[in-house]
Amino acid sequence: MYSALHAVTYAKSTGVFDLTFLLVLFPAASAAVLLLGGRRTDRWGHLLGCAAPLASFVIGVIEFFALISRDGGQSRQLDQHLWTWVPVAGFHANVNVLLDPLSITFVLLITGVGSLIHIYSVGYMEHDPDRRRFFGELNLFVAAMLLLVLADNYLLLYVGWEGVGLASYLLIGFWSHKPSAAVAAKKAFLVNRVGDVGLSIAIMLMFATFGTFSFSGVFTAVHGPGVRSGTMLAIGLMLLLGACGKSAQAPLQSWLLDAMEGPTPVSALIHAATMVTAGVYLVARSGAIYDVSPHARLAVEIVGAVTLTMGAIIGCAHDDIKKVLAASTMSQIGYMMLAVGLGPGVYAIGIMHLLTHGFFKANMFLGAGSVMHGNNDEVNMRRYGGLRKLMPVTFVTFGFGYLAIIGIIPFSGFFSKDKIIESALDKGGATGDLFGAVAIAGAGLTAFYMTRLMIMTFFGVKRWPRDVHPHESPKIMLIPMAILAAGSLLAGYLLVLGGSLQHFLTPSVGSSIEQGAHTISPWVLSVITLAVVLGGVAAAWWLVGRKPVPAEPPTHVTLATKAARRSLLGDDINESIFMHPGAYLTRALVFFDNRGVDGMVNGLAALVGGSSARLRRTQTGFVRSYALSMLAGALAIAVSLLLVRVG
Amino acid sequence: MSDFHSPSIAYAALSPILIPGIAATVGVLVDAFVPRAIRWQTQTAVALLGLIGALIAVSVLAGTHTITADTAVAVDGPALFIQGTIAILGIGSILLVSDRSPGLDGGAFVAQAATAPGSQEEREGAASGHAQTEVFPLMMFAITGMMLFPASNDLLLLFVALEVLSLPLYLMCGLARRRRLLSQEAAVKYFLLGAFSSAFFLYGLALLYGYANTVSLAGIQAATVSSGHNDNLLFLGLGLLAVGLLFKVGAAPFQSWIPDVYQGAPTPITAFMAAATKVAAFGALLRVFYVSFGGLGWEWRPIAWAIAILTMVVGSLFAITQTDVKRMLAYSSVAHAGFILIGIIALNKSGLSGSLFYLLTYGLTTIGAFGTLSLIRDPDGEATHLSRWAGLGRRSPVVGSVFALFLLALAGIPLTSGFTGKFAVFSAGVSGGATPLVIVGVVTSAAAAFFYVRVIVMMFFAEPVADGPVVATPGGGTAGAIAIAVAATVLLGIVPQPVLDLANRAVPFYH
Amino acid sequence: MIPILILAIIGGGFAVFSIVAGSLAGPKRFNKAKLESYECGIEPSPQAFRGHRFPVKYYLTAMLFIVFDIEIIFLYPWAVAFNSLGMFGLVEMVLFILAVFVVYAYVWRRGGLEWD
Repeated sequence: MYSALHAVTYAKSTGVFDLTFLLVLFPAASAAVLLLGGRRTDRWGHLLGCAAPLASFVIGVIEFFALISRDGGQSRQLDQHLWTWVPVAGFHANVNVLLDPLSITFVLLITGVGSLIHIYSVGYMEHDPDRRRFFGELNLFVAAMLLLVLADNYLLLYVGWEGVGLASYLLIGFWSHKPSAAVAAKKAFLVNRVGDVGLSIAIMLMFATFGTFSFSGVFTAVHGPGVRSGTMLAIGLMLLLGACGKSAQAPLQSWLLDAMEGPTPVSALIHAATMVTAGVYLVARSGAIYDVSPHARLAVEIVGAVTLTMGAIIGCAHDDIKKVLAASTMSQIGYMMLAVGLGPGVYAIGIMHLLTHGFFKANMFLGAGSVMHGNNDEVNMRRYGGLRKLMPVTFVTFGFGYLAIIGIIPFSGFFSKDKIIESALDKGGATGDLFGAVAIAGAGLTAFYMTRLMIMTFFGVKRWPRDVHPHESPKIMLIPMAILAAGSLLAGYLLVLGGSLQHFLTPSVGSSIEQGAHTISPWVLSVITLAVVLGGVAAAWWLVGRKPVPAEPPTHVTLATKAARRSLLGDDINESIFMHPGAYLTRALVFFDNRGVDGMVNGLAALVGGSSARLRRTQTGFVRSYALSMLAGALAIAVSLLLVRVG
Repeated sequence: MSDFHSPSIAYAALSPILIPGIAATVGVLVDAFVPRAIRWQTQTAVALLGLIGALIAVSVLAGTHTITADTAVAVDGPALFIQGTIAILGIGSILLVSDRSPGLDGGAFVAQAATAPGSQEEREGAASGHAQTEVFPLMMFAITGMMLFPASNDLLLLFVALEVLSLPLYLMCGLARRRRLLSQEAAVKYFLLGAFSSAFFLYGLALLYGYANTVSLAGIQAATVSSGHNDNLLFLGLGLLAVGLLFKVGAAPFQSWIPDVYQGAPTPITAFMAAATKVAAFGALLRVFYVSFGGLGWEWRPIAWAIAILTMVVGSLFAITQTDVKRMLAYSSVAHAGFILIGIIALNKSGLSGSLFYLLTYGLTTIGAFGTLSLIRDPDGEATHLSRWAGLGRRSPVVGSVFALFLLALAGIPLTSGFTGKFAVFSAGVSGGATPLVIVGVVTSAAAAFFYVRVIVMMFFAEPVADGPVVATPGGGTAGAIAIAVAATVLLGIVPQPVLDLANRAVPFYH
Repeated sequence: MIPILILAIIGGGFAVFSIVAGSLAGPKRFNKAKLESYECGIEPSPQAFRGHRFPVKYYLTAMLFIVFDIEIIFLYPWAVAFNSLGMFGLVEMVLFILAVFVVYAYVWRRGGLEWD
């Protein structure tokens, strides 16, 4: 009875749901055309690049409405079997796509926000000679990301996971003629590998334990008898490691700030709205695993709480507008991690914050891109100032995002963030109180650094050099910004009113309607939070807004500020752990390569290479010695065949 | 004399063999009578038509099995699969051969192969911009032999096919436009060692005839199950016969010619040898061992194990220290021969179908890899030294990525065809009771992955060398061949099922 | 097995005997004619030029001769057994002659039959 109760099954897709594979196919095909087509697709490449995610978006919307017109529960989880990959000897890896409330939510976010950012990029990348390649790689990303969220098993998810990593690597290093971009790309690649190893180990553990990769199989099996809690903890922690890498959570957070070397639309789409939230998706999707392993969940909560604080502190100290936003992204994803770590009932709230964040952060990144576009690609906020008059549209749209992220009622961030704080406190106990307090403090810090950003960018006096003439961006960039700004304002209502998103997501992540009493009444909590937020705003005005912003960062600062400027030394730590060995390995390989056998550096290679070099001497180049070796071989074969016969 | 009865010959069933043969003959006439100005194009067209015709013939015949020419030829599932594979690989090779675009300095072939390197005549030939069009009929004759090789149902015909496919190959090795001495040395080496191995084969054939009183594979099989024969003859014959075949597939210890010959031969010919020759030779090896000696598995398997292990280890180990990309690919082809041997040793249906599938994936990837290699050029020809490849992927991302894809496929990374092929063969090996062998295979695959990844690291992570090699713009032929290879490598990695099914339906052998 | 062994011993023994006996018994007088390509007294023409490779014209002629010689060898028994081989023999022989003829046409057109 028990297992029957928990059995997870998905209905077979029919009708319009059989189009799900097209969601992935459109951007993938477009990416193939653009990347392989070469220069001859330059002229119309960007148009195709925009059309592909738009087409996917249209299908997504159709499927969304088809989905909500069905009864709730299991009938809203539809599995489409495409083909079986390598159907050899008991190893059945199906290539199936799963359309359920959780995945369609992501599909709409990825294709919706993605389409807007594609359109924006038409303007932003207009003068770049490689615009077509940019669109190709962006399409590749969209395809991989859709595959990631539509997969119905972990193996296929992993394919998408690696795909987004590859696209992210390519796009961070898009301007690879800049050494900093190439280094940043390499760093993101290496740090992500660490996370990927975690995910792959988790998948292997699943296969070894349950004999299947499929969501339905694994989620059913976790309730089965004989599943050891140690195994589940290991799977949970390894999944978390993967999530940390992809979502830039402590301790694998360092790559995200550097990733800002990529073009700004990339930062908006990949490093704010979608890819970095894949870790949250992974944890939410794997809810069934975390539900049976409270310790793993606690680890998720801790990671979330630590990162949300770290990100907020780092955000206070940087002068680079994109890095502030990146730090803020880390911090906000920390909120989401905290939420999904809180477990059953809160998954949906984490997803809700993910959605609202997707809107307002993408909006702000596009705003930052617009500011840079008008200021000769300057990213240092100390060179801005007073831009609100010259770039009114950017200012207003950015302002919407600002109000949303700091959580001013009635903007979307208010609804989602408040619910996370509330859920943390509702958890009860010392950890619950601690997480709640951290979340409230984080809200104050968020208000501080975002206000600082607003003041330094849009208020005060102009500080840009004489040869820069800030100007408003073209319409093709402003319109997507305006739409996202509207989303920053409205998303809250749409998602929160009547718990609509929470109800909708129930089949995927479980019910999330609050039961029992609240520790603190929600109204009181909202007031407290708002007070803290306003305190942060006031502090920012007091420290930054009262007096002119110095053109150079002050040097006499506290140790804490210095640490924050260096991103809390996360860079230094991670570089020494991950990057230097990685660089060393690369150098070593190249060295090994150049010097052949003599330049061997590591043990295995030395052993293998050494014997290889000795063997190599047998390759003399003389026909007579080759013939002799053949004769010896033939004799050996003949003699041993006879011997086997006798023996 | 009056008891002679003419054998019935099913020309339709033989058409995959006959059509390339006719195309080759027509090619000789073209060489004789078509004016030089349009000879190259005409030859390309004739060869491609012949191969496409063969491919159509194969697809029409698919699913049938015919024993014809008085049991000498068996056109059955595996033979047709191999023939189809060879036709596809042949098309790829002909496309590579046909490319004489300026980016490739007018193609890989010499104007006049008979001129002495460094002589006045040679310089004149090079200046004339001509190339030996004989390469097309030669290749088609080789393909004719390859088509016959896996379908030969008796040892004599097998030997004839072996020679028909080998002799043109020896010649073609010596046709390189650049590094003439290396090319001629390769040709002579290949010829001498090939003749040597043919002698082994012939002696083995004679001993087997002495044992079974027949050269037909089925007859030998029948003799092995009936008692009263001299087993020593059988095993000596089997061993020597195997030497001849193992030489052609490049299994250790008969692999020593491979790196030298592959390096010296013109790159399109290297691609052809590495892909098509190996496929054909494995086709014959599979037939001989599955049909004639399948019942003797207990006796020959231990030696086959040793050969497979040695081949995998030698191929992977030697590849690690190579500094020349062409030689590295040559050793990798040796290692792959070892992996496919696992499919033979498995001696079951899935081993046969797995090997067939592996051959197809490996062949296509190899054609693509050598085709891509021919694009990386220095002023004096191809830049095959690994150090010259540093940073290539950064300067030329498309070519770098394509080559990386082929390397990943050769390494057997999932989502490429190489993984699917390895998986099929290895799982067949496990079910055929060769688990330790499969473990060796996995370990050497890992070692092999080291040198593939090393090249990728060089291409994408090393600083580009100053005055590095030029990445030539491929002509239509090379571009087409690479495109086919890329598509196959990706598709067979992601959606292998239809082709796997095809390979599964192709088994077993009829005799 | 035994006959084969005996044959192998005889074959190997003959090879060894010939070489050993030749080197022991033969006179060792070196002169210019010994270094010629053919010890038949006829000077090869044209001569190998300044250390260049040996001209292949003799070989070419010899090989062409062999090709047509083989053709005759096939034709002769076929002609003798023509009646019993019938239509099948005729078709196969025509195919064979055709193949050789194609080669002949090639050699002729490409100048293989010209001495200079």
